[in-house]
Amino acid sequence: MTLEILTPDKKVYEGEVTSVTVPGTAGSFEILSNHAPIISTLEDGRVTVRAGGKGEQRFEIKGGVVEVINNKITLLAEGVAG
Amino acid sequence: MANLKEVRNRISSVSSTQQITKAMKMVSAAKLKRATNAIIQLRPYANKLRDILSNLSASLEESSSPFIQEREPNKVLIVVVSSNRGLAGAFNANVIKTANQLIAEKYSEQLSKGNVSIVAIGKKSQDFYEKRKYNVIGNNNELYTSLTFENASVISEAIMKGFASGDYDRVEVVYNQFKNAAMQILVAEQLLPLPRTVQVDEGASKTDYILEPSQEEIVNELIPKSVKIQLYKAILDSHASEHGARMTAMDKATENAGDLLKALKLSYNQARQAAITTELTEIVSGAAALTGG
Repeated sequence: MTLEILTPDKKVYEGEVTSVTVPGTAGSFEILSNHAPIISTLEDGRVTVRAGGKGEQRFEIKGGVVEVINNKITLLAEGVAG
Repeated sequence: MANLKEVRNRISSVSSTQQITKAMKMVSAAKLKRATNAIIQLRPYANKLRDILSNLSASLEESSSPFIQEREPNKVLIVVVSSNRGLAGAFNANVIKTANQLIAEKYSEQLSKGNVSIVAIGKKSQDFYEKRKYNVIGNNNELYTSLTFENASVISEAIMKGFASGDYDRVEVVYNQFKNAAMQILVAEQLLPLPRTVQVDEGASKTDYILEPSQEEIVNELIPKSVKIQLYKAILDSHASEHGARMTAMDKATENAGDLLKALKLSYNQARQAAITTELTEIVSGAAALTGG
């Protein structure tokens, strides 16, 4: 499944991932392959991206929204640190 | 005939001016590239946000978000986006003119009651409206030193707060939209309340999303984001336009300086030639006087 993390200033991440954990407003949740279509708003917090053998990558995001459809995850964040 | 020394001085002053305008043109060209890049970077984010919102647009109608509620425009806020520096042709003059026109045509009544406020982005519009005793709110001249979404959000958040608390009933933004390096389109658009862009794609089948926490809350969350994006886009557009306008203006100036130099060199050479001719005539006639005895 593919993940895109976008901010208004730049594209932060783009690529194949195996799972993503996001800080949803209704609670943190993990998105795995073949997740049902979802739109959720996000709190300030940590996004953890796991991509196959490449280990984990973490991003501190400042609010946003995530959309998952057909194994394509688009995460819009207002700001990203690290 | 023009004085030789005078002409020489003018030539050196014009050519140093030409060097400056040429350098400014190059700097603007480089900055323009960066500014247009920023617009391109923003596009995927803005498009996605619009897609998600339009997917939820059914609930947009009954949303309770204060930012889409139409009110009688008793108090109006105009955001005028200009630049900090001049030497960009009619760039700043145009945007101020458009803003004034907008006020005169749509909000003259509010103006006479003193209910028109201005948020100036850029020193040029700030100076203009402060000098004319408009109600100018805040000072945003620092924005251009680091033009990021975060810094622009500070302005849009303040505006939204004012709108929500009833300080203004309508917010319009006036700016130069970037078309290409040589062309800017002056635009006045309504920022708040958010115009309802009802573009229901009949063909597109809507996906059944799981919505967390709820449709209503997502919409309420996304509307302010979309307002911020709209203002940020306006500022980025204006920023790119500024450099485009300056580049064109400086290109013209360099060209004019070139023409001027050409004319000056011609008259310099003419003066030099005339001086030589006079000298020669003097020598020849002097010699003739001696031998002719």
